[in-house]
Amino acid sequence: MIYLAQTYFIEVMTIILYCLLIFIPLLLGVVMALYADRKIWAAVQKRRGPNVVGPYGLFQVPADGLKFIFKEIILPDGSDKTVFLIAPIITLALSIAAWAVVPVQAGVVLANINVGILYIFAISSLGVYGILMAGWSSNSKYPFFGALRSAAQMVSYEVSIGFVIITVLLCVGSLNLTEIVMAQKTMWFFIPLFPMFIVFFISALAETNRPPFDLPEAESELVAGYQTEYSGMPFVLFMFGEYINILLMCAMTTILFLGGWLPPIDIYPLNAIPGFVWFLLKVTFVFYLFAMVKAFVPRYRYDQLMRLGWKVFLPLSLFAVVATSSILFFFNLAPGM
Amino acid sequence: MTAQLLTFYLFSGVILISSLMVISTKNPVHSVLFLILSFLNAAGLFVILHAEFLAMILIIVYVGAVAVLFLFVVMMLDFKTSINKDNILQYIPIGILIGIVFIAELIIVLINTKFDLSNIQVLPNPLSDFTGKSNTEAIGSVLYTDYILYFQLSGVILLVAMIGSIVLTLREREGVKRQVVSEQLQRQGKIDLVDVKSGKGVDV
Repeated sequence: MIYLAQTYFIEVMTIILYCLLIFIPLLLGVVMALYADRKIWAAVQKRRGPNVVGPYGLFQVPADGLKFIFKEIILPDGSDKTVFLIAPIITLALSIAAWAVVPVQAGVVLANINVGILYIFAISSLGVYGILMAGWSSNSKYPFFGALRSAAQMVSYEVSIGFVIITVLLCVGSLNLTEIVMAQKTMWFFIPLFPMFIVFFISALAETNRPPFDLPEAESELVAGYQTEYSGMPFVLFMFGEYINILLMCAMTTILFLGGWLPPIDIYPLNAIPGFVWFLLKVTFVFYLFAMVKAFVPRYRYDQLMRLGWKVFLPLSLFAVVATSSILFFFNLAPGM
Repeated sequence: MTAQLLTFYLFSGVILISSLMVISTKNPVHSVLFLILSFLNAAGLFVILHAEFLAMILIIVYVGAVAVLFLFVVMMLDFKTSINKDNILQYIPIGILIGIVFIAELIIVLINTKFDLSNIQVLPNPLSDFTGKSNTEAIGSVLYTDYILYFQLSGVILLVAMIGSIVLTLREREGVKRQVVSEQLQRQGKIDLVDVKSGKGVDV
């Protein structure tokens, strides 16, 4: 055991340091995203949004966080208490874990694994468990309905996200996220694969339970959906997990379609800017689109949501897989052929 | 003891414990959750074996899709009618019987098999050289090039099973109102778009 400790102590410490290097910027990112979300929403509706705490209301989100920390954690009497408390932890842990493979610049990534995109897909497909466990363990009707809706919704839209990812992979020839970005050096994929870009964007909204697909937490029907019984810290964990997932989906859109850290044109003043600045700008832009959709579009009805997922996106993305591979095959464009 | 060995014992230990919990917890939902935990740790074992593609596919297919539907169904069951303790004892003889059959099979297989890796080239369709390829490429070339016929056959069988189950459970219900989106979008002449001037109003 002592031998083990001596050999791996420095290694483990470095890994922990790297994890903090991901976690702390992510936390700041979530705080800024929450603030931006409320500000953009307010601006669309000609309100001011948060503007009291700190300059321009910037400290509103940390203040909210502090408030939640000091609130009492209420455990419902009939609930399954272990599962009830594990659910938010799982949601947050999974959403952070997915960021381990996201490259923010050439070579700047915690784990540059061969199957990066599959890893992210796998982790985000696990996200549904946090919600299902929360809904079931609350032992209450509204959370249960919310969880059932959410499970059905996330499973449906995962299918079309999977097909969209396959179309991108066909053009890249690798599952490695860094190579996916490098394959876009000549042209960002949102130009040749524009319809798939739209499908991915809308599916990402549905996958992260963002409006107009926020049926699992529809306040007009289900109080707060699966979060109804949560208070204090567990609620904050859900909130943070959700927003980290949203940022992850923004980063995925950036990596798959908007060229990751690559500048728009590879000329002097643009390619002198470090890659992570471009990455950050693009993620911010996609998040801006997410926030605008939230402000503009009314909530979908449940059957419309299912229709869109299974009857529109699934055939469309399936067709796109066949079409893309046929075109790549017949024009000899497929990588590695 | 290396870190690899340590993680191996961690993963396999959790698999054993959670598999035991799957059959010993009274609450079916807890059983499914423990089943998912053991799936996840099995994926961890694949990662230790450098079979990262299999690990990810295991998580995506079994945990992300199959187990979700499983949990979905189990959650909706009324599990308050749980099985009594003394009822479990009656299944022990058949359980022991199945266990003996499995152990016997394992022993027979292990006795008769020589683990001779040089024998691989004697296969009817010898595997090509995979040095320098990632295991995603290797699996892809075996599955979609060497054994494409079997792959397509299994796909067709799954398709038939899917269509069959849909046909068996399809019921035409009468009097159901459905939204036909294309008809709604093509509707003409019933809606007028009017540009209303401020303070003037409009005649309808």
